[in-house]
Amino acid sequence: MKKTGAEILIDCLKKEGVKHVFGYPGGVVLNIFDVLYDEKDVKLILTRHEQGAIHAADGYARASGKIGVAIVTSGPGATNTVTGIANASMDSIPMVVFSGQVPTMLIGNDAFQEADIVGITRPCTKYNYLVKDVKDLAQTVREAFHIASTGRPGPVLIDLPKDVTAGKGDFIWPEHIKIRSYNPTYEGNKWMIKQAAHEIAKAKKPVIMAGGGVILSGASKELRELAEITQVPVTMTLMGLGGFPGTSELSLGMLGMHGTYYANMAVQEADLLIGIGVRFDDRVTGRVASFAPHAKIIHIDIDPTSIKKNLRVDIPIVGDVRHVLKDMLKVIKEDVKEPWDAIRKSWLKQVKAWKQERPLHYTYDEEKIKPQFVIEKLHELTKGDAIIATEVGQNQMWTAQFFKFDKPRTLLTSGGLGTMGYGFPAAIGAQLACPDKLVIDVAGDGSIQMNIQELATAVINKLPVKVAILNNGYLGMVRQWQELFFKERYSHTHLESGNPDFVKVAEAYGAVGLRASKPEEVVPVIKEALKVKNRPVFMDFIVDWKEKVYPMVPAGAAINEMMFDEEKKEEKKLKAVK
Amino acid sequence: MRHTISVLVENKFGVLSRVSGLFSGRGYNIESLSVGETIDPKISIMTIVTTGDDQIIEQITKQLNKLIDVIKVVDFMEIDHVEREMVLIKVSPRKEDRIEVLKLAEIFRGRIIDSGFSTFTIETTGDEGKINAFIELIKPFGIKEFVRTGKVAIAREKAKK
Repeated sequence: MKKTGAEILIDCLKKEGVKHVFGYPGGVVLNIFDVLYDEKDVKLILTRHEQGAIHAADGYARASGKIGVAIVTSGPGATNTVTGIANASMDSIPMVVFSGQVPTMLIGNDAFQEADIVGITRPCTKYNYLVKDVKDLAQTVREAFHIASTGRPGPVLIDLPKDVTAGKGDFIWPEHIKIRSYNPTYEGNKWMIKQAAHEIAKAKKPVIMAGGGVILSGASKELRELAEITQVPVTMTLMGLGGFPGTSELSLGMLGMHGTYYANMAVQEADLLIGIGVRFDDRVTGRVASFAPHAKIIHIDIDPTSIKKNLRVDIPIVGDVRHVLKDMLKVIKEDVKEPWDAIRKSWLKQVKAWKQERPLHYTYDEEKIKPQFVIEKLHELTKGDAIIATEVGQNQMWTAQFFKFDKPRTLLTSGGLGTMGYGFPAAIGAQLACPDKLVIDVAGDGSIQMNIQELATAVINKLPVKVAILNNGYLGMVRQWQELFFKERYSHTHLESGNPDFVKVAEAYGAVGLRASKPEEVVPVIKEALKVKNRPVFMDFIVDWKEKVYPMVPAGAAINEMMFDEEKKEEKKLKAVK
Repeated sequence: MRHTISVLVENKFGVLSRVSGLFSGRGYNIESLSVGETIDPKISIMTIVTTGDDQIIEQITKQLNKLIDVIKVVDFMEIDHVEREMVLIKVSPRKEDRIEVLKLAEIFRGRIIDSGFSTFTIETTGDEGKINAFIELIKPFGIKEFVRTGKVAIAREKAKK
């Protein structure tokens, strides 16, 4: 029996096991939305903006490990997805986006609501398609899901002209997929892995640097085993948080621009740096020429372009992190029989001394709420058992510093692109993917206003997402830079006078709004929020606007040239130890 | 260093844009680019001339390999190969120079493919040096227009073993 393109599309989604699709209707996707009207197995979650739909699909994917899916219309619907797609691309998130397109005969004619979305998204997708014939549809969808989820994951866009979704064809599902020119490498080179294992055994001061690749490949267990057997301390990038238990003795927390003193010092002192599923982003390395100056570098990544892109590498291993770590553990267990505790004793002692010398800290205030205090209390009251999304800026860095992530897929944050407005819709996606989990978005008063309309999505779907707004009345991180590097000229970063009453905004949408203005109100507000079961909650924490994120490595400095709160007045910088 | 890179790609619309977009998006320069179908009409071959240090060229070849539509990337720097490009030159010599121009064309194994009252259009192929030399020598006679294809390259047979 012949089916319409729209019916074939939904059949494809079912074959791929898709349960939730995020989206927004429009003229040229009406054929698809008409099929969704009676559909029971694939539920469309209507967001209030296409950017929200993409971030929700992204959060869904990060929290669940499944592929996030979105459907939007042509023209503005499609262009509204670009930020979300670029965000997913930078963070390697598996996603398939369907965009409507004007009928094939009108393409290129500047038709109403036409945009060359295939052209626009070419640089920010892993791959994209324009389907010109309904007979190619099932094959295209199959390929798209395959490409999005294999190798280094990423977003794939399929542009669907209206006549393709209306046209009729046979639904033939290709069971097996083979793309001649696409063959990701999963197994690492055995000889290189052996070399790497022996380097780890030889090293006196090794550090593991774990990135988002650890989480994406599901290698947390293997990473933990490697670190514990060989007694190597582990630092994580922002994207790697949760890949290794933050509460472990071996954890150094995050490194880089706002990394811990001890992580940055350890990397700079290390004689071996084992980069696992990282891409050595500039926020992590600081001045590249001074990064890990004494270390041999092992770099494991599935994407060969990530290796040697920013940094010299002594032992490059191209492969899936989990496969490579499994092989490496085998070599270590069979070939390398070292008394690890004895070898690492002095190094671990040094690391411990750094931890004691300058732990992450802030000064508690009886009058004003410190934002770090809010994060600490969120961690304490949830016992760390929550999925935390963040927006971008100070809220994101304080969360990374003060919430100790123990499990993978529990931090959803825009690492590569730094997208304000990401966290709230991502939290909505995560809550749909994990209905039994507690999902919290940590936001700033600036960021939350970038996708605040998604309150409606959360309310309609009865999603108990909690939003902790660290409300300092400023674009805090930009203000911090203005304070430190622009002589306190706060050009257009002051938001307070235009900010809405967030409690009333929440209530207007049918959500719960709570406020804490004094430190003693923080815990009761969080406790009350945690009790709410079927509605989103805004917790408006009026925090000390002067608070800044420390330590901080100024742009262009080496990562051990950190600024600390107490040295602010003298503008003093701690110089490299050697 | 200048490199001639051959890229075997799926013959689909948009592939050229993906490849050229890779260069422009990452700030790499393309000196010349030529594309044509191979014996298999589903596959095209692109010959790209680009410059960069070892690190940049390594990134270019890796990034090209990463593109879903790219089947194979060969950097001819590492392989003994032959390179050719073609040029069409429309020259308008003075009457007394016409014989001289024809002689020059003959020396460079050029062919006259079009002629008018005051112009010759000469076609010639060769490596970059030969084409440059030919253009330089013809210049004083008055080049009206010229167009060159960009390089194509192929590995020498013995190098393939």
